[in-house]
Amino acid sequence: MFLTQELILASSSSGNVSVYRHTCNQNLQKVEMEILWQGLHQNQGTPCSCTCITSRNNEIVSVGEDGRINVLDMNKNQPIRTIDKADSSTTNAVKFLKQCEIITVNSCGQLKTWDLRQHTNEPAKIFLLTGEQVPLNCVDKHPHQPHIVASGGQDGMLSIWDMRQERLPVTLLDAHSSDTWEVKFHESRPDNIFTCSEDGAVWHWNGSSMSSQPGKANVSNVLPLTSQHEESTASPWLASDASKHRIDITDLIPGNIMSVNSLDIENNTFLCGSDAEAVYIVSNLTIW
Amino acid sequence: MASERDNDVKFLDIPSPPNVHGLDIGLKAKWGRGNQLYVFPSPSEATELVFELRRPQQQPQAQIHEVRWNTDMYSPITRKLVNESHNTFKALQKFGSEINETNRRTQLVKFSRRYRSVMKACVIDLQTSIDGTIDESEKQEFMGQVQLFEIIELIWSLCEILFIENLKGGAIMIHLLDWVKWHFTQPNELCQHALQEDNPENSSFYWDAIYSFVLQGRVGDARSLLALHSLKDTDTFTSIDELLRKMPIYADFSGLTLGEFDLKWRYWQEECARRLDDGDFGHQKNLETICKILCGEDQVFVDLCDLCQSWYQMVISKHLYTNPTVKAFDLQYHIQPCIDAFGGNSQLATLDNIIHAALEFDIHQVIKESSAQLSNWWFSAHITDLLHHAGQLDLQKLNFGSDLREFLLLEYSTSLMSHESLWQVGASYLNHCPEFGRAYLEHYVERIPLTTEKIAQKVLRLCEQQELYESARSICKVMGMKALQNGRLGSALSWCLKSKDSTFATYLSEKFLVEYTDRGDFSNLDIIDNLGPAMLLSNQLTFLGKYCEFHKMYADGDFKAAASLLLSLLTARLAPKSFWMVLLTDALPLLELDDVIFSSEQTYELMHILEEISLCDRLENVQAANDYKETEDNKSDSKNKAKLEVEKEKVELLKIGLARNLARAIVVEGNVQT
Repeated sequence: MFLTQELILASSSSGNVSVYRHTCNQNLQKVEMEILWQGLHQNQGTPCSCTCITSRNNEIVSVGEDGRINVLDMNKNQPIRTIDKADSSTTNAVKFLKQCEIITVNSCGQLKTWDLRQHTNEPAKIFLLTGEQVPLNCVDKHPHQPHIVASGGQDGMLSIWDMRQERLPVTLLDAHSSDTWEVKFHESRPDNIFTCSEDGAVWHWNGSSMSSQPGKANVSNVLPLTSQHEESTASPWLASDASKHRIDITDLIPGNIMSVNSLDIENNTFLCGSDAEAVYIVSNLTIW
Repeated sequence: MASERDNDVKFLDIPSPPNVHGLDIGLKAKWGRGNQLYVFPSPSEATELVFELRRPQQQPQAQIHEVRWNTDMYSPITRKLVNESHNTFKALQKFGSEINETNRRTQLVKFSRRYRSVMKACVIDLQTSIDGTIDESEKQEFMGQVQLFEIIELIWSLCEILFIENLKGGAIMIHLLDWVKWHFTQPNELCQHALQEDNPENSSFYWDAIYSFVLQGRVGDARSLLALHSLKDTDTFTSIDELLRKMPIYADFSGLTLGEFDLKWRYWQEECARRLDDGDFGHQKNLETICKILCGEDQVFVDLCDLCQSWYQMVISKHLYTNPTVKAFDLQYHIQPCIDAFGGNSQLATLDNIIHAALEFDIHQVIKESSAQLSNWWFSAHITDLLHHAGQLDLQKLNFGSDLREFLLLEYSTSLMSHESLWQVGASYLNHCPEFGRAYLEHYVERIPLTTEKIAQKVLRLCEQQELYESARSICKVMGMKALQNGRLGSALSWCLKSKDSTFATYLSEKFLVEYTDRGDFSNLDIIDNLGPAMLLSNQLTFLGKYCEFHKMYADGDFKAAASLLLSLLTARLAPKSFWMVLLTDALPLLELDDVIFSSEQTYELMHILEEISLCDRLENVQAANDYKETEDNKSDSKNKAKLEVEKEKVELLKIGLARNLARAIVVEGNVQT
C-alpha cells in the first residue's frame, strides 16, 4: 500500500515488512528498498507469513500467522510495540479504526479491537458469531462512520458489524460460494462495497437503493437495534433491507474462473489481482 | 530449453560437494509432484555391506537435489500463455458440453483463433524481450522459444484450415493462400530490396519478387511490380498483364457455383497456353516463365523451387495453377513430386513431417509427431482437445488406460505441477480428465508444499470442490501438527477442529491442561472460551471447554452455577484422574464462602471423590515405598517428600472444608424443612 506519494509499504510471506521508494525520473521508474524490518513474524525462530499491514499517519501496524501484532515507526529499526499473544490463531487482517485503535480478524471467526494507548496486552473488545469458527479473512471500516465495520469470511459470508453494539454482527449477507478474500468500502461513497472471492467473482454491492431512514430499521436478522440510537445518518448497511436481498450487485469481471485475491478501488477505477497471474483494471465504474 | 526433443537418453550431472564422496555410494530418488524428482545419495543394500566399516569416518553430507523437467513453460512470458490458454480451454469445455449443432463450426473456429492470438501475443512478447536483453544466453533461449512458437502457430493454423473449418472445394485454396501469405513473407522482402534500387527492373531481386508473388497467387502485387518496368507498354507486357488481370479467383460471394468457376478458369488457362504456344513471349524469357507458371507446367515449378522455399508451398502453388477447386482431401496428390523436388524424403525435418501428415489428413500422425518432437505438451494437449470437440478425432483407447486426449491432458497438467503457482492451472485441467484425473489430483494435492496458511486454504478449497475429503482431512492434520511444532496451540486446535480429528483434539486438550497446571492460567483463552458445539469432538476437549466456563463463572461471581458445573465435571468423570485434585482445590474457596454453595448431597459427592483420590494416593505411596527400598536416590526422595507434604496438607484442608460445609449445609437444609 502507498504510505505517501513516493513510499510503498509491503509485507511478505517470509515475515518481513519493508518500505520501498518509488521514483519516476522522466520515463525511468525505479523502486528501491528503503527500510526493512526483518523477522517481525516468526514461530520460535522459523519465519512465518506477515498477513496484513495497515498504516495511519506515521504509525504502521503489521499482523501475521504467529498471532503477533507489531507497531512500527518509520524512524526506528525495531518495532516500538509488540503484542505477542494477541491471537491464538492466525490474524488475517488489520485496520485502523481511529487513531490508536485497531481492529483485527482471525481464523477463529473473531473480531478484536485493540486500544494501542493502553499498555495491557488484551483486546478492548471481542466480537464473534457464536457457535461458528469460520475464519474471517478480511476487514474494512466505513470511511465516515467508524463504528461500522465489514468483514468477509471463509464461507463467503459478508458480515456488517456495529462496534457500539454487543458482540454479534448486525447483518449477515450470504455472498460468495467460496472464501471472500477482500472487502472494501468506497472512500467517498461508502454505500458501495466491493468484495472478491476464491470462486473468481468480484462484486460491486450498491447499497444506495436501500432506504436508510431512521426509525424504520428496527429489526435485523441477528440483533434488535434500539431505535433511539438510530442517527439521521444511518447507513444502509445496518438496515434490515440489506438482508432482504434488495441490494444491487454487479459482477465486475464476468466469466473469470481463477480466484481473485485482492482488490482496490479509487474514485472510478477498480483494480484487482487474480491467481491467473493477471491484474485487472476496470475503469469508469458508475458509483452512486 | 524449448527445443526439439532428442531421441537419445539424457544425462544430468548432479554436483556433489567437494571432498565428499557421497554420491559415489549410490543414488536414490523419490517422486515429487509430477515432473519433479528428489535425488539423494544413499547406498543400496549391497554397497551398504561394503561400506559398513568405512561409515564412521566418511559420513557423506546428504544433500537432496531437486530435478525438474519439462519446465519450459515456467518463464514469465510463457506463463501468460499458460494462463490465457487455460481460460480458453475452460470456455471450450463449457461450450463443448452444450450440444448445440448450429454455429458449432463457427464457434470452434473462434476458439481456435483465440488460441492462435494467445500464441501470437506470446511470440511478440518474446521478441520484445529479445530486443530488451543483452545477455547472450538469454537471447538464445528466447529465440529458441520464438522459433518453437512460430512453428506451433504454423501447424495450428494449417490444422484449423484443414480440420476445423469445414470448407468446400474452392474456398480451401483461398484460405491456404492466405496461410502462405501470412507466414511466408519472403516475397515482401524481395520486393522491398528491389524497390530500394533506383532502377528496380535491373535489380536481381526484381524478377524473383514477381515470380514469388505469382507463385503465392498474389497477382495484384505482381502486376504492380510489372508496371514499374520500363517496357510495360509493349505488347508482351500488356499481354501478360491482361492474363494476370483476368485470372479468375474463387470467391464465395461471387454467385458462381463451383462448376461455373471451374469452367471459367479452364477457359482462362487455355488462353494462357495458347498465348504461350503462339510464342507471344518469345523475346522475354521472364514473361515466358510467368506464363508457364500460369499454365501450371510441372518443370517450371521445379526450376523455381528455391523461390517456393518449401515443398508445401510448392504443393499449394501447383494446385493453384492446376486445380484451384481442389478439395481438402485431394491436396495430397502433388505432395510426393514436390518433396522429391526438394531433395526427397530423407531431407524432411520434423516440421515437414508434421505438415505432411496434416495434408494427408492423418490427424493421429500429426499429434504423434508433435508430441514426440516438441519439447512441451502444450500444443498437443490443446489441439487434441479442440479436434475432439470438432468431432474430428476418433478417440480410441490406448494401451495405457485412457484415451489420447486424456493422456495428453494428463501429461500437460503434470508438467505444470511442480511450479509454485501454476499447479492451480494444472489441477484445473485434471478436472477434465474423466478417468484418471481424480487419482492424479489426489496424489498431487498431498505433495503441494503448504508454506503459508493461505496456500493451505486454497488447497482445501480445491479438495472440497473435488470431494477429496480424505486429502482435506490430512491437510488439516498436517497444518495442525505444524502449528503444534511451532508452539501455536491455539492455531493447532482450530485446524484440528476443522479436520474433526478427535484423537488429535484429545492430545491437544491434554497439552492445554498440562500448561494450566504448570502456569496456573490458560493461554489461548479466546479460542477455548468460544468453542461452542465444537467442543463435543472429544471428551478431553469438552472438559477443557467446560472447565474454562467454570473459571469464567467464578470470575463473574456466579458461584452456584460454577459449583454445580464443577460437581458435574467430577461426577460425570469427564475430568482425567490427574486433574481431580486440581478441581477439588478449586472447590476449596467455594467451600469457604459465607453462603452455603454446596448442598449436603453435593458435599457427600465431593467427599466420596476425595476418598477415592486418597485411596489411589495411598496405593501409590506404598508402591513408591517399595520401590524406594530398591533404589537409593536421595534427591528425588526429598522432592517426593516435599510433594507428599503439600498433598497431605491439601487433603487436610479439603477434609476440614468439606466437613464444615456439610455441617452448615445440613443445618440450612434442616431449617428449610422445618
